[in-house]
Amino acid sequence: MAFNYDKYLRLEKMPTLWCWGCGDGVILKAFIRAIDKLNINRDDICVVSGIGCSGRFSSYVDFNTVHTTHGRTVAFATGIKLVNPDKYVVCVAGDGDALAIGGNHTIHGCRRNIDITLIIINNFIYGLTNSQTSPTTPKGMWTVSQKAGNIDPTFDTCNLAIAAGASFVARESMLDPKKLEKLFVKAIEHKGFACLDILSNCHINLGRKNKMVSAMDNLAWIDSITMPKKKYDELSPAEQLNIFPTGILKEDKEADEYCDMYAEVIKVHQGNRKVISQNDFAKKI
Amino acid sequence: MATREVISSGNELSALAAADAGCRFFGGYPITPSSEVMHEMSDLMPELGGVCIQMEDEIAGVAAAIGAGMAGVRTMTATSGPGISLKAENLGLAQMAEVPLVVVNVMRGGPSTGLPTRVSQGDVAQAKNPSHGDYKSITVCAGSLAECYTETVRAFNLADRFMQPVFVLLDETIGHMHGKADLPTVEEVKAGIVPRKSFDGAPEDYRPYECAHDQPAVLNPMFKGYRYHFTGLHHDAKGFPTEEIETCRKLIQRLEDKVELHKDEIEYNEEYMVDDAEFLIIAYGSVALSAKETIRHLRAEGIKAGLFRPITLWPSPQDRMRELGQKIQKILVVELNIGQYYDEVQRSTGRLDIEGLFKVNGRPISPYEIVNKVKEMM
Repeated sequence: MAFNYDKYLRLEKMPTLWCWGCGDGVILKAFIRAIDKLNINRDDICVVSGIGCSGRFSSYVDFNTVHTTHGRTVAFATGIKLVNPDKYVVCVAGDGDALAIGGNHTIHGCRRNIDITLIIINNFIYGLTNSQTSPTTPKGMWTVSQKAGNIDPTFDTCNLAIAAGASFVARESMLDPKKLEKLFVKAIEHKGFACLDILSNCHINLGRKNKMVSAMDNLAWIDSITMPKKKYDELSPAEQLNIFPTGILKEDKEADEYCDMYAEVIKVHQGNRKVISQNDFAKKI
Repeated sequence: MATREVISSGNELSALAAADAGCRFFGGYPITPSSEVMHEMSDLMPELGGVCIQMEDEIAGVAAAIGAGMAGVRTMTATSGPGISLKAENLGLAQMAEVPLVVVNVMRGGPSTGLPTRVSQGDVAQAKNPSHGDYKSITVCAGSLAECYTETVRAFNLADRFMQPVFVLLDETIGHMHGKADLPTVEEVKAGIVPRKSFDGAPEDYRPYECAHDQPAVLNPMFKGYRYHFTGLHHDAKGFPTEEIETCRKLIQRLEDKVELHKDEIEYNEEYMVDDAEFLIIAYGSVALSAKETIRHLRAEGIKAGLFRPITLWPSPQDRMRELGQKIQKILVVELNIGQYYDEVQRSTGRLDIEGLFKVNGRPISPYEIVNKVKEMM
């Protein structure tokens, strides 16, 4: 039987504002199936989004939802999570949102390892504002802000997240929605900061001037630059250039989670005002 | 009224007030001269089961605080002028989505990095319009140590009543002043807490942004079965983005009117020896302390001077200032900026012959400077 999405969607908001053939819808559906599989009550989850095409993600799902300012999703989500440590908080951001204007919050969300799932919908371009260069736009590609071709080096989102201390880091493209669904299940279940680099297409604003006019062309290109981590590891460093490994790249179940650590802080402080020394805390952690 | 005596500083008292008023989240970033608020909150919040987090930057500090406010918790951030400049966009979101929040701003010299460890009142105009777009700021300004406490408490109640950020302006002199303060008891503060309204009908009937033309949104706490949407976009009754002409107009007009039409609930002034005054000084914050000393000095010399001190700076007490402007011939506005409130006094009184005494070198204005200026004007 086909999966019924109605329960989780705000049907009165349909159709979405996403373009025909956009990957965001595939990601949205995989996300909903993951929530269903995890049997999460709609009242127990908050979806926080930023600005850009991905920003509208939050308004389509029937959860507690927040559409924030550009790039600040993780910062808002940190406040929401810290006062509701037992609830699920998921951020959805674009590549420009999470890596350019909001790069600092992404880094520090990873560093704190707070139990938030950050889904970065990475379509390699600023789509909503019509094709400006993003931190993940490949070198040489045409953008409206770099018409001679992008000269800016590109970010490797996952390496950044791993280096910053996220305890769950993965990359997947929307080419395989089943895989994506499984990844979302794992990431949301994971206790700690989960940073997901989800590659998606924007044939309208990335593709049309870069010889990927249709969604299929754009997806074929994504397929050509990705490879499962196992296979990727067998390549020589020269071959690895410009290829992005997919799958779970880091999973550390032992890392201290921020809300847990703060619960310890509360224990240390309660009833001990002004007489706390560093040693008290060191004993607890 | 029962009181308790404490010895503390202005910054620490505003933190204590937050804790007593039920604040349970603080998101901040270090900045002189406001950092002591965060230092104090880092003790007070966990002690009370709340959270104090030092975020990665000013923007994140206010974002986390607004996030906690969206979740339904009383929440605060503290900063100084440069921090407000950075927080401005998110403060706009809190205005638009109607999220209550208290922002303590301990003013220092500006613009830019200015004089970080010196006093100024340079953020008064900024407090009126920190973010772009139309909304009505609520800004209170403490003029004594005790008021750092009582005005912060009042700010929390105003934030929940009007569902928007409320600014508490301290200046460096007040924030770092250390001394004795008579405070209301915790019981009294708790008895005076007016929590934000909530809707307890069926979730399908819930319309958070459907309210009378002069009333704030009714935002239920998150995760309680009322799933709705926060956005900084123009939005409809349920909080979803819309471009519908009438809905957009009504929303922005309501953000203005919910404050403008209820100024009487917000306005709060002190009048000192004003009844028979022939000379009026208008001052606020730490400057008012010098102004009071000036008035005692002038009265001793037989000059009938009085002080009008707005405690709520925005919306301004324009009706009262107009009345005083009609009654009293000579008016002097004293502030630690180049006339940010002076403009408002001119506007409110409709008089262009009002004089100003301004100082922007980072040092407090002493009573004798004001006395000299008054005598010059006589």
